[in-house]
Amino acid sequence: MFKQTLAVTAINLKSIPQRPGMSAATVLSIALVVGVLLGFLAMANGFRATVQGTGADDIAVVMRAGSQAELNSNLMREDERLIAEAPGIARDADGEPIVSAELYVVTDGMRSASQTPANLPLRGVGPRAPELRDGFTITQGRMFEPGAAELLVGENVLAEYEGFALGEPIRLGSNTWTVVGVFSTGGTVFDSELWTDAPVVQSLYQRGNSFQSVRLRLASPEAIEETRAYLDAEPRLNVDVQSERAFFASQAGGTVTLIEYVGWPLAILMAIGALAGAWNTMYSSVDARVREIATLRALGFSGFSAFLGTMVESLLLALLGGIIGAVVTWLLFDGLTASTLGSSFTQIVFAFAVTPGAMIAGVILALIVGLLGGLIPAMRAARVPLLSVHGG
Amino acid sequence: MTANALYELSNLSKRYTRGREEITIFSDLDMAIPHGDFIAIMGPSGSGKTTLLNLLGGIDAPSSGEVRFEGARIDNLSQAKLSKWRAANAGFIFQFYNLMPTLTAAQNVELPLLLTKLSGKERRKRIATALEIVGIADRAGHRPRQLSGGQQQRVAIARAIVADPKVLLADEPTGDLDRASADETLKTLQLLNSEMGKTIVMVTHDPAAAKYAKRELHLDKGRFVEKEALA
Ligand SMILES: Nc1ncnc2c1ncn2[C@@H]1O[C@H](COP(=O)(O)OP(=O)(O)OP(=O)(O)O)[C@@H](O)[C@H]1O
Ligand SMILES: [Mg+2]
Repeated sequence: MFKQTLAVTAINLKSIPQRPGMSAATVLSIALVVGVLLGFLAMANGFRATVQGTGADDIAVVMRAGSQAELNSNLMREDERLIAEAPGIARDADGEPIVSAELYVVTDGMRSASQTPANLPLRGVGPRAPELRDGFTITQGRMFEPGAAELLVGENVLAEYEGFALGEPIRLGSNTWTVVGVFSTGGTVFDSELWTDAPVVQSLYQRGNSFQSVRLRLASPEAIEETRAYLDAEPRLNVDVQSERAFFASQAGGTVTLIEYVGWPLAILMAIGALAGAWNTMYSSVDARVREIATLRALGFSGFSAFLGTMVESLLLALLGGIIGAVVTWLLFDGLTASTLGSSFTQIVFAFAVTPGAMIAGVILALIVGLLGGLIPAMRAARVPLLSVHGG
Repeated sequence: MTANALYELSNLSKRYTRGREEITIFSDLDMAIPHGDFIAIMGPSGSGKTTLLNLLGGIDAPSSGEVRFEGARIDNLSQAKLSKWRAANAGFIFQFYNLMPTLTAAQNVELPLLLTKLSGKERRKRIATALEIVGIADRAGHRPRQLSGGQQQRVAIARAIVADPKVLLADEPTGDLDRASADETLKTLQLLNSEMGKTIVMVTHDPAAAKYAKRELHLDKGRFVEKEALA
């Protein structure tokens, strides 16, 4: 059984050069399917790594109960005061709680590479905001002045957008700002934001006294339980508290799911196209060898060996396509930086990550295409009429 | 029935339905082929010569009647059993050789041996012997494209005999060859019959080719007319 299948497979494979165009097209189309799938998965993985990798356990984010994202949340100045009274919050040398009430609005920026407008978050923060981001440093210039239309610009914004050079005035909507500094948080989502004094945003964007979130530094990661118990019990507040890490994970979750929900169906749709190609190629392969197959059958080879020979040919073409697709995607995309719409309509810069798991998934998808594409032609090979030995 | 017959055909019929029409190729055919026979089957085009050969070789089934080989019916075997029967008992020789174009002569000859339990070493020995018998040992590494028609047919004969079958079934084996190559091929078949005792059933249009056989059978309008061969 093994010897005859091996022989039939060898005969099939040696006949591939007789169908160079079709076989190459099949390999290529399968490579493309795998490439598209891996592109999306790399995006999802990269995004997940960027967003989930960030976030501290000893920083907490408080938002209105039930809000999934900051943009949906709404807190008043009075709420901030009540929250700051909660236990478990770290305090400075003067005994002041380390908190920052923040709100942000979406403005337009111009991406320098593509010359297309894109959403940029403008975050109004309290004076203690830098203490509430681990790794915060001002890399150029200085902090904004309270009450002034001055911007502190995240590193990524400087790299990816036009017009944010230090000292330059820039128009956002109907307001003119001056860039006074550049900051870095070591690659977190905040590096893709513009910061200014919270009251300035409230007044220029008619937000009255409202905020969206209150960030606070916890005395310890465990202290969040104490803080939560207090906030839940306070009748004048209707808020949720979560650690920054948990907050980012939930923010990333939606986007990762979204990317994967676009990526997989698109890849599967393309896979169906590639399947038709593989089917056609294998059908031609069988068609061109009807007399050979019938001859082998007349010699006593089994129909099953003809079936397996065709399946192996199909699977090998698919495997080749899958590997090419995976390797090329990895060479092209792995580590490539891009930015995408976060779930809060912000641009987040992240690196594509072509992971081994995704590559395996891609190759498996390719093999499924090869398997399904080869199945019917292989069944046809097994059923070639023996009388075809005489010609045709 | 002849006691030592290799084949016994009884009441053999083959019909095709084409649309509403039923075409009878032959009906109630009886024939015995003894061990060691060399038959040339002749007859007009469309008389059913190839059909008969297909029935003998187990690559087609009769509409009714029986085909017995060494006393056992082969007309009612399953596809899998027929495959095994063909591998063990029948060697086929075709008008257009039916070699695998991507394999060398030796690899083509090896094909039937891949269905046996023979080791690689034993297979190589058998291949060499078969190629020697048909006089083409020097072309073992050549592909069909690099061989003449006569040489390709020799490779095909080597393939047909390499697994040592009891019967060789040849359909117009010289139909595509010039006179000289045809004579070489026929001499080889004659040798296989006389020296190695292979039973041979050969279909041919060519009266000169038929002379190499022990006897000639003429198939016409579904009936046999026997003629003793002169040679
Ligand atoms: N699958 C089929 N369906 C219908 N008719 C068939 C089929 N195969 C063969 N026939 C018919 O059976 C008849 C006998 O065919 P066969 O090939 O046995 O003739 P032959 O004697 O070998 O002819 P030739 O000398 O031309 O090779 C022909 O009339 C042919 O058309
Ligand atoms: Mg014929």
